[in-house]
Amino acid sequence: MATTPARDLMEVRSSDDVVRVRQQVRARAVEVGLSLVDQTKIVTAASELARNMLDYGGGGVATIEMVTDGHRRGLRLTFEDQGPGIADVQLALKDGYTSGSGLGLGLGGAKRLCNEFTIDSAPGRGTRIVCARWM
Amino acid sequence: MTPRSQPPLIVKILSEQASSLLPKWTALLKQNGILATGRIKETELATQCRTVLDLLATAIAAAGLDVAAAPYQPLRDLLADISRSRAIQGFSPSETASFVFSLKPPLFEAIDAAKGSDDATALRAVQDVTRLIDALGLHTMEVFQKSREEVIVRQQREIAELSTPVVKLWEGVLALPLIGTLDSQRTQIVMENLLESIVAERAEIAIIDITGVPTVDTLTAQHLLKTVSAARLMGADCIISGIRPQIAQTMVHLGVELNVVSKATLADAFAVALRRVGRTVAPLKTVHRQQPVG
Amino acid sequence: MDRIPILKLGSALLVTIQVDMHDRLATALQEDLTEKIVATHAKGVLIDISALEIVDSFIGRMLDHIAAISRMLDAETVVVGMRPAVAITLVELGLSLTGVKTALDVERGMEMIRRRLDEPEVADGDDAGA
Ligand SMILES: Nc1ncnc2c1ncn2[C@@H]1O[C@H](COP(=O)(O)OP(=O)(O)O)[C@@H](O)[C@H]1O
Ligand SMILES: [Mg+2]
Repeated sequence: MATTPARDLMEVRSSDDVVRVRQQVRARAVEVGLSLVDQTKIVTAASELARNMLDYGGGGVATIEMVTDGHRRGLRLTFEDQGPGIADVQLALKDGYTSGSGLGLGLGGAKRLCNEFTIDSAPGRGTRIVCARWM
Repeated sequence: MTPRSQPPLIVKILSEQASSLLPKWTALLKQNGILATGRIKETELATQCRTVLDLLATAIAAAGLDVAAAPYQPLRDLLADISRSRAIQGFSPSETASFVFSLKPPLFEAIDAAKGSDDATALRAVQDVTRLIDALGLHTMEVFQKSREEVIVRQQREIAELSTPVVKLWEGVLALPLIGTLDSQRTQIVMENLLESIVAERAEIAIIDITGVPTVDTLTAQHLLKTVSAARLMGADCIISGIRPQIAQTMVHLGVELNVVSKATLADAFAVALRRVGRTVAPLKTVHRQQPVG
Repeated sequence: MDRIPILKLGSALLVTIQVDMHDRLATALQEDLTEKIVATHAKGVLIDISALEIVDSFIGRMLDHIAAISRMLDAETVVVGMRPAVAITLVELGLSLTGVKTALDVERGMEMIRRRLDEPEVADGDDAGA
């Protein structure tokens, strides 16, 4: 798998940062050539995951990469925080589950909105979520 | 790569003689008739060849023969671009492949000239060239293949859009008569189309008629339901009409509950839709009926 | 901009969301709307989101909250102008906004509120179409 050089690293420390991540993901999704619906899906997923990082992970870093797999183009996003981690990933992915006051749709929804989705998390180790949307 | 005391001959040739290879390569391409088709101009071809050689020289100097290494990325990207545009310009696979493979003869010639009496070195250089150019050629072909597939997918999408027109039945009432097998990809395209039409026509109500659909699988049924939900979020209602008995059975069996308004026929659905937009169909008054109808 | 303007339109309030929402803006909007519904005796709240390029669960929850608050104050919330791509995405996200009414545009939303009130006409001269 070859990764093209275009890559953005963005700190997420405030709600304004979430807005900035959304805007940058949109710009890259357009650049990659995703359809309008696919752009909307990945931007929405990014918004959910960036917000989770802020709300539960104590802030973190979002990475946006334009990627090619063979010759399909796509966008890959990584959200990484050093927060408390997620003890029960299956539970957290369940629609409606929230440990805060959300709707509990962010994780499960983001997974449905992407073609690839992996969570790497354990208590005390922080959380790393990678997701991608392909053309 | 195994470390060698001296850089391989091929590395030396490519990094030092790239400019003398250019005229030989382009000459060979022309001889093969690449310009005859008129699909590419001579200046464009010359620029492409020069850039390929430049990038190849840089890459081989930095990474040797490992075409998967990072220094080869610009070259791989360039070849991908060239290949993609060839696919769109309508070049055949062999025309596209020979663009890269025709770099071999000039390279062999250069080896022959540089080898002196060292046949072992020359043999290794020939093997290196073969491996290198084959790898780059395969890369080009893969991209070409993928690009052709993309063209096909796009055409399929266009056909799907054409084959299922959204029709306006009345001010504010749309119908989408679906005919034929619904796979999940086609359903998705058609449904996106319907939602766009709802906005364009400011339609309050859309009838999805599936009388002409022989079977529906779970995924397709789910797409149908998602479309109904999406339309509702936009402020429009959907009616599904013409569900065949087998489809109804299948859906219940699959546990897909059609939690939407459904009518037996398109006509029934239309009557409901008209009422919803404040109209009704009534028989003409007798006075008007007295004139015989042609 | 640190506040979203709320417009009185007949017996309804019109909110046009044009900026990418962040938390403070969302909180402020909920507070302002609650006050304004009470102050104006509004019977309906129209939220025009036709400018929004995405709706995530944060905005979804805000819309649900506004609808719930309005309902308690006897006003009906209608979300208008959601784009197709946004609607498709929202369904995939799993958000159905069951508590809110929807309409294609502001005009249709106004009709909906008027119909509910069973008013022949809106009291002030504001013309939002027939
Ligand atoms: N980055 C994270 N770090 C720690 N916990 C997280 C993180 N992201 C999600 N979670 C946990 O997963 C739960 C579900 O997340 P989500 O589906 O987005 O719903 P919500 O944000 O509405 O709570 C959260 O309530 C939280 O407990
Ligand atoms: Mg969340």
